Amino acid sequence: MTRWGMVFDTDRCTGCGACVVACHAENNIQTVGEDEARKGRAMHWLRIERHYEGTFPDVKVRFTPVLCQHCSAAPCEPVCPVYATYRTPEGLNAMVYSRCIGTRYCANNCPYTVRVFNWHDGEWPEPLERQLNPDVSVRPTGVMEKCTFCVQRIQDAQSLAKDDDREVGDGEIQTACSQSCPARAIVFGNLEDPASEVVRLARSERSSQLLEDLGTHPSVFYLRGGG
Amino acid sequence: MGSPADTSKEEALLRPLSGIRPGLIAGSLVTGAIASLLFFSWGYQIKNDIGVAGINRPVFWGFYITNFVFWIGISHAGTLISAILRVTSAEWRRPVTRCAEAITVFALCIGGLFPLIHLGRPWLFWFMIPFPNSRGLWPNFRSPLVWDMMAIGTYLTGSLLYLLLPLLPDMAILRDRVLAETPASLKARLYTLMALGWRGTTQQWHSLEAGIKTMAIIIIPVAVSVHTIVSWDFSMTLQPMWHSTIFGPYFVVGAIYSGIGVLMVAMYLLRRGLRLEEYLTDKVFNNLGLLFVAFTVIWTYFTAAEHITVWYGHEPSEMAVFWERLAGDYGGIFWGMILVNTVIPLGVLSFRWGRRPLATAIVGFGVLIGMWIERFLIVVGTLRMPRMDFTVGTYSPSWVELGVLVGSFGMFAMLYFLFVQLAPIVSIWEIREGDHIANPLPENPQSIGRTSR
Repeated sequence: MTRWGMVFDTDRCTGCGACVVACHAENNIQTVGEDEARKGRAMHWLRIERHYEGTFPDVKVRFTPVLCQHCSAAPCEPVCPVYATYRTPEGLNAMVYSRCIGTRYCANNCPYTVRVFNWHDGEWPEPLERQLNPDVSVRPTGVMEKCTFCVQRIQDAQSLAKDDDREVGDGEIQTACSQSCPARAIVFGNLEDPASEVVRLARSERSSQLLEDLGTHPSVFYLRGGG
Repeated sequence: MGSPADTSKEEALLRPLSGIRPGLIAGSLVTGAIASLLFFSWGYQIKNDIGVAGINRPVFWGFYITNFVFWIGISHAGTLISAILRVTSAEWRRPVTRCAEAITVFALCIGGLFPLIHLGRPWLFWFMIPFPNSRGLWPNFRSPLVWDMMAIGTYLTGSLLYLLLPLLPDMAILRDRVLAETPASLKARLYTLMALGWRGTTQQWHSLEAGIKTMAIIIIPVAVSVHTIVSWDFSMTLQPMWHSTIFGPYFVVGAIYSGIGVLMVAMYLLRRGLRLEEYLTDKVFNNLGLLFVAFTVIWTYFTAAEHITVWYGHEPSEMAVFWERLAGDYGGIFWGMILVNTVIPLGVLSFRWGRRPLATAIVGFGVLIGMWIERFLIVVGTLRMPRMDFTVGTYSPSWVELGVLVGSFGMFAMLYFLFVQLAPIVSIWEIREGDHIANPLPENPQSIGRTSR
């Protein structure tokens, strides 16, 4: 049994943004430019929310990285009229880009506002097109997209493990964000494996989930409480 | 019908249908030019991506969905009002039904365009249609958008039938007139086709009566279900101030309210423009004005109930939307909506002088604006204030969205101008029938004897 999940240790997060950049590079996410970003059309699959606590001069900034929560009861899935977004047997909330007709209903029903839309075709001016990841499709205009938990890396690791006739080991799969985090605040793994690092952290006293009371059963956990 | 036609009175109904009417032709051309704005803007958007609209994250739906709900709402003018009046045998309905039914069909055609206009990839809209295919893929029947498509399809089919059925005897009247004058003309062929071989036999009259009665009864639950399902696009979601059980009836009431508004404006313009004072009488305006003010009260009640329950519950994510709507960026247009939808209609329509044609038309125009604002506040008001407050957004439409909006009104007016030139906007045979009921001829003394006994 597999259900992929992620843990963010917000006590460790420094808000450096390396995960956001790594995510863009890994997943061929277009950069929309200043004007479009000002309109609210930046396409980060992963954003770092800044929340300020306390009053001046005793102010603390807390960073919360937010990406698709891969909910077990995802509100985005039933509303799509064409099954462009659905739940995989491994607990991923997947997007079928070629199926999407762009009603944007899924994004409207996402309480986490993590879905992003291709308002225009992406542009990769020379020589940037050469750094596109060949394992990830480039999405056309009019299509919804969002964090996939780096499904291409998951599949890569699974086929390697299958060649050796073994299960994928804990920590063997690193998403682009977890790999690039200098503070090691991001852990990815199998929530169904009781011995995995994600399960150990998710069971921690510091663990909580975003908008838990909505009953969406997210696969992402947040640790906070220490410094 | 038994009574001989009152030809001098009927002339007013047939006048726009024959000869060259410069006013009507100019009207069609001007409104047609405005309508082309819709297709120009939409074409520009298809060529240059949906991104040319002002929508963004988190406001993924903007003017297009507002217009969609607005036009589908307008479509309730017709069929529902005319069906209720027919089912209850209200005699004063006779001059009103046709122009109301036409509003329904045209508003539905325009409203049905908007879900296509708003798609990111409109050329793939057929993915939503259930048909057996080699890919083995079906639409997702759990999605309210699929329900929507089916509800609107059903309503369009039903209301088209409901417009065309009572049109048959009138088409036959026109066919006979045109065939007598210019038998080879295009008009003669059109009317012959539209009359579907109507001869006016007793059996045909019985079938027609049964058909109209059945459609009138069927169309009422269909119309109610259509706007309920439109409201479910919102209330089936989890979003603050969308997820509301009251939305179904609230939207239906709002739809009928805006429908009466557009009917008032249309009737006033028809009366003035086509000199139909003898048909669209002060009494008709007075009666519809009473219905109108009743819906003012019902709509106000629903609006109050919707907001009071949210305020009393005081859930933070809902209150963010609530205050933004009542006292934030949208406070101005919210209270403007209350002014044109509640204060002015109550202040004017409650009095007999306020239910005269011009006054009701002005109030109706105000209600149209107010009901458009209501839909805008529901769509954008919620989307701007998502639960994750880090992503609070803003929205302003681009010229493309404004062009489509203005163009949609042009298209509606153009279709109406064309319809007025092709079919009598007041049903001739139904008026004759009404005259007959009011003054039965003494040609059949036995029947008169029976009624007097």
